[in-house]
Amino acid sequence: MMNNTVEVRGLVVVRGRHRVLDGLDLDVAPGVTGLLGPSGCGKSTLLRSVVGVQRVAGGAVRVLGQDAGAAALRRRVGYVTQAASVYDDLTVAENLRFFARVLGVTRHDVERAVESVDLGEHRDQVVGRLSGGQRSRASLAVAMLGEPDLLVLDEPTVGLDPVLRRDLWAVFHRIADGGATVLVSSHVMDEAERCDRLLLMRDGAVLTDDTPDGVKRRTGAGDVETAFLRLVEDLA
Amino acid sequence: MRTPGRVAGAVALRVLTQLRRDRRTLVMLLALPCLLVVLLWWMFEDAPGSSFDRLGPGLLALFPFVVMFLVTSVTMLRERSSGTLERLLTLPAGRLDLILGYALAFGVVAAVQSTLAVAVSVGPLGLDVAGPVWLLVVVAVADAVLGTALGLFVSAFARTEFQAVQFLPAFVIPQILLCGLLLPREVLPSGLEEVSSVLPLSYATDAMQTLSRSTATGAVLADLAVVVGFGAACLALGAATLRRRTA
Ligand SMILES: Nc1ncnc2c1ncn2[C@@H]1O[C@H](COP(=O)(O)OP(=O)(O)OP(=O)(O)O)[C@@H](O)[C@H]1O
Ligand SMILES: [Mg+2]
Repeated sequence: MMNNTVEVRGLVVVRGRHRVLDGLDLDVAPGVTGLLGPSGCGKSTLLRSVVGVQRVAGGAVRVLGQDAGAAALRRRVGYVTQAASVYDDLTVAENLRFFARVLGVTRHDVERAVESVDLGEHRDQVVGRLSGGQRSRASLAVAMLGEPDLLVLDEPTVGLDPVLRRDLWAVFHRIADGGATVLVSSHVMDEAERCDRLLLMRDGAVLTDDTPDGVKRRTGAGDVETAFLRLVEDLA
Repeated sequence: MRTPGRVAGAVALRVLTQLRRDRRTLVMLLALPCLLVVLLWWMFEDAPGSSFDRLGPGLLALFPFVVMFLVTSVTMLRERSSGTLERLLTLPAGRLDLILGYALAFGVVAAVQSTLAVAVSVGPLGLDVAGPVWLLVVVAVADAVLGTALGLFVSAFARTEFQAVQFLPAFVIPQILLCGLLLPREVLPSGLEEVSSVLPLSYATDAMQTLSRSTATGAVLADLAVVVGFGAACLALGAATLRRRTA
């Protein structure tokens, strides 16, 4: 079937002297997919490979039917790096207008992006003086410009309070309801419950690719965290 | 959808907006070169001869070069560490477009900066220039753009702020020593004279010194062409070393 947004086959990435990903296989379909795993397991490396900024040593990464990083994908993929990737000394609106110009999209898109992350009140505030959560939302708004078909978000909810996290996940689902694919990394296991699909990662390999319920059922665990630990123990 | 210059224009506008926000940096960028020429003028006030007329034009070439080199290196490093460069490289933005955007923004700042410094020098401080004053400004702006271009290029090799700052003594100070300001280039030992003639700042200084002594502009334009050529080469190298995929 070709309705996967992302297809990764035999991906090998070497960073420094460390083989971070070693023959990783993976499919991501439309909807909200969570990429979960402990710190250092290679989540950011995988996401960087999907958006085409990671130098890879082998394997194939296909995104929307093209090679990752292809020029034609640059309007169709939105990306939030693990660092906030917005300009702290510009206002929310200035940040959005800049990236909108780079993308060649209209002011109308800027307004829509501001509204969809609920930053209307703060649009003229300098990003460096926003709270952590508002800053993450500003960064997310930039990634939503031009309505990309794939959104790649590297730990967008880290350090946020539960209410904000819930709101952000609601935004992800709203985007996915429009037919887009949202790939979100996190190392907070309780966020797993909010995903349509779960990818559990450890030491550069995908342990499991299932729905949250499927993972729990298969391992007989009551929550995803326990399920993850059981999967790790099974491997040992 | 691809309009040439769209991205370069967007980047330039953004950098200028950021500078406008940072009032202190902006004031320093514009006022410091003026204050430094005043300092130089004052130093030589009681000295015999016309040392200010001799050194002034060279320094007008130097300040914009050094300042723009530093400002550009730091800006690029910030862009890397904040993740914004990584994001930009996933967007429909050509690498040369990005680089040209920076050169454009800092070129505008340099034009204002140099105009002010030249105005203070030839106005209240009475710097004697034989050649046309506007050409003095043009050379100073070219130097500033050269500083920006060199800063963009070497910043590709800096992983940390400390490294970026160390590039000043590595890439800039040797040029200052050899450019002919401290010692005429003809009297440098052989070997060093050859080195100095492949360094861009030497041509900038030559241009400024010729301007101060003679009304003929041919030699100045030739030097200017070399400076612009070096700048263009650095921008091209900067774009080539800006990799979309990194380790
Ligand atoms: N720039 C780099 N150079 C060399 N090694 C790196 C680099 N960045 C990351 N690594 C290594 O690659 C491995 C995977 O890193 P990665 O950033 O992908 O992990 P992660 O799962 O995103 O972790 P976290 O949850 O903490 O963000 C780690 O062992 C890390 O030490
Ligand atoms: Mg990470």
